[in-house]
Amino acid sequence: MGRTLAEKVWEQHVVRRADGEPDLLYIDLHLIHEVTSPQAFDGLRLAGRKVRRPELTIATEDHNVPTVLGPIADPVSKTQVETLRKNAAEFGVRLHPMGDAGQGVVHIIGPQFGLTQPGMTIVCGDSHTSTHGAFGGIAFGIGTSEVEHVLATQTLPAYRPKTMAIEVSGELPVGVTAKDLILAIIAKIGTGGGQGHIIEYRGEAVRKLSMEGRMTVCNMSIEAGARAGMIAPDETTFAYLKGRPHAPSGEAWDQAVAYWKTLRTDDDAVFDQVVEIDATTLTPFVTWGTNPGQGLPLGASVPDPESFADPVARSAAERALEYMALTPGTRLRDIEVDTVFVGSCTNGRIEDLRSAAEILRGRKVTTRMLVVPGSMMVKKQAEQEGLHEVFKEAGAEWREAGCSMCLGMNPDTLQPGERSASTSNRNFEGRQGKGGRTHLVSPQVAAATAITGRLTAPADL
Amino acid sequence: MDAFTTHTGKAAPLRRSNVDTDQIIPAVWLKQVSRTGFEKGLFAAWREDPSFVLNDPVHAGASILVSGPDFGTGSSREHAVWALQQYGFRVVIAARFGDIFRNNSTKMGLLPVVLPGERVEDLQRAIEADPELQVTVDLAERQVRWAGETVAFEIDDYTRWRLMEGLDDIGLTLRHADDITSYENGRQPWLPTTV
Repeated sequence: MGRTLAEKVWEQHVVRRADGEPDLLYIDLHLIHEVTSPQAFDGLRLAGRKVRRPELTIATEDHNVPTVLGPIADPVSKTQVETLRKNAAEFGVRLHPMGDAGQGVVHIIGPQFGLTQPGMTIVCGDSHTSTHGAFGGIAFGIGTSEVEHVLATQTLPAYRPKTMAIEVSGELPVGVTAKDLILAIIAKIGTGGGQGHIIEYRGEAVRKLSMEGRMTVCNMSIEAGARAGMIAPDETTFAYLKGRPHAPSGEAWDQAVAYWKTLRTDDDAVFDQVVEIDATTLTPFVTWGTNPGQGLPLGASVPDPESFADPVARSAAERALEYMALTPGTRLRDIEVDTVFVGSCTNGRIEDLRSAAEILRGRKVTTRMLVVPGSMMVKKQAEQEGLHEVFKEAGAEWREAGCSMCLGMNPDTLQPGERSASTSNRNFEGRQGKGGRTHLVSPQVAAATAITGRLTAPADL
Repeated sequence: MDAFTTHTGKAAPLRRSNVDTDQIIPAVWLKQVSRTGFEKGLFAAWREDPSFVLNDPVHAGASILVSGPDFGTGSSREHAVWALQQYGFRVVIAARFGDIFRNNSTKMGLLPVVLPGERVEDLQRAIEADPELQVTVDLAERQVRWAGETVAFEIDDYTRWRLMEGLDDIGLTLRHADDITSYENGRQPWLPTTV
């Protein structure tokens, strides 16, 4: 019987296999940021251990950094960032600090340097590590104990997850994006639907996505409960990688591509679960509740909790509507927002900024709008293309790179009761600031919403 | 980590689903660089509500948290596990857990126990009827027991052994350092380095 893509990549990385034990898996790339690493480095120091492979490790400052120029005002945030600097220096790990041309959100910089490649195993103390699976590797988030484990051994003990295929047939209609697709998938399978699985996204609509779009889809696999999501590499992948600083070159490029072409699910392979989605039926999608599975097409209305047959879903909906201050039957298009956020590891790449700018060109925003590039390299490219002028002329704020309002660890937060349309990945209670209310949207819907002040698709303008 | 064999104590019913790790410990608490002091941040936003279950004095001293499904979804922050442990919890019981949270728990010796949804609700009802109810979580026998009820749970042998022995994963892996070196010698030549 054939093997799935996930099985091929997993098998390639098994260091040791023994009956009744998890596999010992080799890790090709370990990404580090300031929030989940300090206690791991402390653990190494306490045990007198070194970083086994500092040259397979890279660090950046992203979660705490301010997105306006200047030093970090919050002393606790400052200490955390300084701790990363000390640890990186002491253990010999490459770091891209604030102000560095390579600094940015950890999941944006790996791909832009060409460090994220097909067939690799990639981990980071961050659940959105699933992003990197867009290149056809296995990439997943880990906790701080595992960060320490990878630093010390460059391996992780793990059981191979089950496999799930999400087959997206047909083409996405014009105006429907990768973000709409993944929000629709999460609404269909639920926040626990992918639990214990690696998802492989397949089908015509997936093949037609750009690398940026594929990263958006894989990024939110964790929101469907799956630790990892992946897409088989193809010519789109190779074209994105070619010429990047850490991509192979010359003969090594040809060797690598020959191998990467074998990284596809065999025709006779069997997945543990298969989910089918018809891309042609999709429309712009937004969330109304407090978990990413509570989403609907923008044309729908706030659901009545009584309409949920499952008592758990019903009580979750009741609680979500109370927190979100929404009434059943309200048209989603009538929901007014105070703030629009474009950015994050989900939608902070150049293509996202281009598509938001396209809608804002020659128009004015009526809400507060933050545009936060995912990395300094994205920022530089956007400025070369003049996108920053479009945002500024429309009345939006053009910021420095970082995680920003996705989770509000820096000063970019919602005030209690404030409502946002956000291109980030989580609409949890208080995620963007205590008492803040979040609607997850695509960059296009975010831009259109900033213009009208209500949840809006570009086609409505 | 501390070894876990069996634990008996009071339990608290958390009747919510999708208890994400942002609720367990909000991001503002993640800025600390130490491993201690996170109990103050546990469910920080929810604890501001006087009617929140952990504010009810009848549940003071509870060491077993019995939650609705999909507990620990979202962010990979291990701080969620530290906060629960430092507050005094040894066990979380739910019908389903976020994968990363569950993994982090077993690294730290906080036992995540999966029971069928209806049995979780039975236990929640029993605790609500008698908050002093003593609940036993027996990892050796893979059972949860209360008031004459016995419910079996599944956990793989390896994780159970590691928890019962209180073993550090890094130490276990380093026994295979030779295997790691020999794997490294065979890695594909084009794989990138960060230097």
